[in-house]
Amino acid sequence: MKEGLTLTVNGQPYELYIKPKTLLVEVLRDHLGLTGAKRGCNSSSCGACTVILNGMAVKSCSVLALQADGGEVLTAEGLAVGNKLHPLQEAFLDHGAYQCGFCTSGMLMSSKALLDENPSPTREQIKEGIDGNICRCTGYNSIIRALTAVVNGEYKEAK
Amino acid sequence: MSKYSVIGTRVRRVDGPEKVTGSAEYTFDIVLPGMLYGKILRSPHPHARILSIDTSQAEKLVGVKAVITGKDTLGRKQGIWRRFPELCDEEILCREKVRYIGDPVAAVAAIDEDTAEEALDLIEVEYEPLPAVFDPMEAIKEDAPQVHDGVELNINVNRHIEWGDVDEAFKQCDYIREDQFKCSSQAHVCMETHDAVASFGYDGKLTIWTSTQSSYYIQALAADMLGLREGDIRVIKPPTGGGFGSKFELDSAQFCAALLSMKLCKPVKIVLSREEEFTATKRRTPMYYFLKLGARKDGTMLAKEVRVLTEGGAYTSMGATALYLTGFFSSFPYKYPNYRFDGYRAYTNTAPTSAMRGFGAPQSTFVGESQIDMMAEDLGIDPIEIRRINGMTPDYEVPGQAHIQSCGLHQCLNKIDEHIKERGKLPPNHGIGVSAYGFMSGGIFNWFDTPYAFSAAIVRINIDGKVDLFTGACDIGQGSDTTLSMICAEELGVHLDDIRIHAADTGICPADLGAWGSRETLMNGNAVKMAAADAKRQLLEFAAAKMGPNIVYDFDIKDQWIHLADRPERGISYFDIVKEAIRGKDGEAIIGRGHYTPHRKGMISPAYSFGVQAVEVAVDTETGRYKLVNVTTAHESGTVINPVGIEGQLEGAIMMAGGYGFCEDQPMDEGKILNPSIADYKLIRSLDMPETKILEVETYEPEGPFGAKEAGEGLTNPTAGAIGNAVYKAVGVRINDLPITPEKVFRALREKEQQGK
Repeated sequence: MKEGLTLTVNGQPYELYIKPKTLLVEVLRDHLGLTGAKRGCNSSSCGACTVILNGMAVKSCSVLALQADGGEVLTAEGLAVGNKLHPLQEAFLDHGAYQCGFCTSGMLMSSKALLDENPSPTREQIKEGIDGNICRCTGYNSIIRALTAVVNGEYKEAK
Repeated sequence: MSKYSVIGTRVRRVDGPEKVTGSAEYTFDIVLPGMLYGKILRSPHPHARILSIDTSQAEKLVGVKAVITGKDTLGRKQGIWRRFPELCDEEILCREKVRYIGDPVAAVAAIDEDTAEEALDLIEVEYEPLPAVFDPMEAIKEDAPQVHDGVELNINVNRHIEWGDVDEAFKQCDYIREDQFKCSSQAHVCMETHDAVASFGYDGKLTIWTSTQSSYYIQALAADMLGLREGDIRVIKPPTGGGFGSKFELDSAQFCAALLSMKLCKPVKIVLSREEEFTATKRRTPMYYFLKLGARKDGTMLAKEVRVLTEGGAYTSMGATALYLTGFFSSFPYKYPNYRFDGYRAYTNTAPTSAMRGFGAPQSTFVGESQIDMMAEDLGIDPIEIRRINGMTPDYEVPGQAHIQSCGLHQCLNKIDEHIKERGKLPPNHGIGVSAYGFMSGGIFNWFDTPYAFSAAIVRINIDGKVDLFTGACDIGQGSDTTLSMICAEELGVHLDDIRIHAADTGICPADLGAWGSRETLMNGNAVKMAAADAKRQLLEFAAAKMGPNIVYDFDIKDQWIHLADRPERGISYFDIVKEAIRGKDGEAIIGRGHYTPHRKGMISPAYSFGVQAVEVAVDTETGRYKLVNVTTAHESGTVINPVGIEGQLEGAIMMAGGYGFCEDQPMDEGKILNPSIADYKLIRSLDMPETKILEVETYEPEGPFGAKEAGEGLTNPTAGAIGNAVYKAVGVRINDLPITPEKVFRALREKEQQGK
């Protein structure tokens, strides 16, 4: 039995028919082909699947797609404007804030949600903001430097 | 001004844009037309005989396309020590016996993952449970259960390293210490679990996309296990979500996906679950360590005797190399005139242990650096000073083993000494511990028995001046694609964005042993530099003919400008010469070839990096909890090719090695790993991450490309030892078994209190 789902993802409205048990991450990856969000654990422990749902960072492996019905989702694929990267993406590039890159989409979305809520976080607040995202490569400090650079206005928002 | 225009500069990684936009396509993301999904059935028993497997019900399930068991294999055993057939002991799909909880017994391909999962429940396996052994100390007893038939006392491998006259030297010592330590296991926790997409066609050719550290090893091992020629298998490594030592052997996802695909002539994808990743892939080797260290009153260490017993788990894997390397690196980074190592690896009915970042050296460095601090205290010598007295120096010969060329250990000791003095008086219950270390830049040993060069590269210059670089090196996140592109651009005298790298695809790239043993920068870097120099020489021939200078002039290329080396203003555009050279070669693109295999460099590695780390901790004496406050590292890795890359390697190593010292562990009950999830396996998260500081020390390694050497694994070696020493400095308790958990610190503090009363 399938149910209807209306979802706006990265500004694009979609109408889908899905099994009720389908997870938000499955809709994004398997139905819409947006594979930026990864599944690292399927138990909301690693943060690789983090997306922004109605302004909040959520772990999309722990949200039923139907819970997001009518909602707005932003994924890493939706950060850039046309061919212009988002300031966070530019900062991640300059500070080497990723290595294998598997956690990066989720890390970017937690970072964006943090800065949307608090545009000038302290170092400790930045650490708290990304504490739900595991990165096995970087040791986090380069990510913290990238966010700090964005907070300090070193990167201009693309129009 | 730097004499280099590309290397040493802060650049964006070549794989950056796709990774920060979510568009990088990992194996995990690949979907092919008609693709099926596979799942693997694993043993619930640590040790059991397989009496029968009934797959008939699973085969009847709608959506199931194939079920395979050990009967569908050629009955071969794989291993990475191919020179020693008896050490190739892993069937992957077990035929008669399972040897650990997680050993694969069957696999299913179905239209989707749910159906494949359901089918696993319908496979009936009848087991006869056998007595099992979990601890290597028990495994080597006469009456212990036999993990593999015919292996006496379950001893899988032993290694002996010796120089000097150890027994005689101990007689000359004023002071001797004997200590025991236990090093725990650790999970790699790659963010991308092991996965593979295998596609076998009616043309008899197999393509495997997989998250791997060595596409060449997978090609060669799969060819043997599947009965195909290497050339009929193409292994492609897409962007890979971490490796850390876990991904350079043929694994169950690759093998089962390939075998299922061969049965069906359809693509099959297998992704291991996080639980499988924790329980049924390889892990860091746990070790029992027995150390005897002798010194003179003045702190000169005369002799060291090391005995090690490692928990092998069910199969050889790369654990034999971990045993050898822990033995060699137990002598690091000091000049022991007399040294003896005896190491044994015992089979047990636990998940196989193997390589993990540092490859035996984090264990030897933890125990060695703990003991040398104890020795320093006994003798009343400062910890930095005892390391100065005994530390390796440039051009040092490790007797019969290795020749150390560049070595910046003493500069690193000086920097850390200054750092500690600057920090001044510490708050109560704070302590700074130090640990010195070294590591290899790739291994010289060839147990895999490859007839190929260890590394090779091809450079092709096209008509527009764009350069295609082909290399078998595997970027698993550490950044080799960027580092090698930088080396290529520097040698050719062009810009980084002139290079397009094609890596780790056995269909188009020369063989390379892959990303392990910290080998890519030096070994593949040398091959790339040689290939670029070969292409450059061909361009310069045309430039010389065109410009016709006096024969005594040399040419060079820098910043896309081909010029007389001594008269840089006299030159010609790189792009013009490329066009003319290709025209002059009857239209053939300029192709340069390079390769590298170490020769006359001893038994271990062509070069070694060194460093010293200081860790500051703050201990809560009520609870035993402690915090990593600051980690400062003086590290030398020769010429720095990619500074952003080195910072990332260092900080990432602290997260991983700090975790090894601080919190990561895999407790077991009767062979069952008790914390197989990221929620239960404690890792250092951003809030636990200490402040990190790098103190630069410059050296130049003659054997490395532009003087470079490793900066990957060595950085994982010091942290656990420095944490142990810091906790001791802070509150006076010494923990000899990893990880140094708050609970152990708490107990030790209470015990100390009791004794004080």
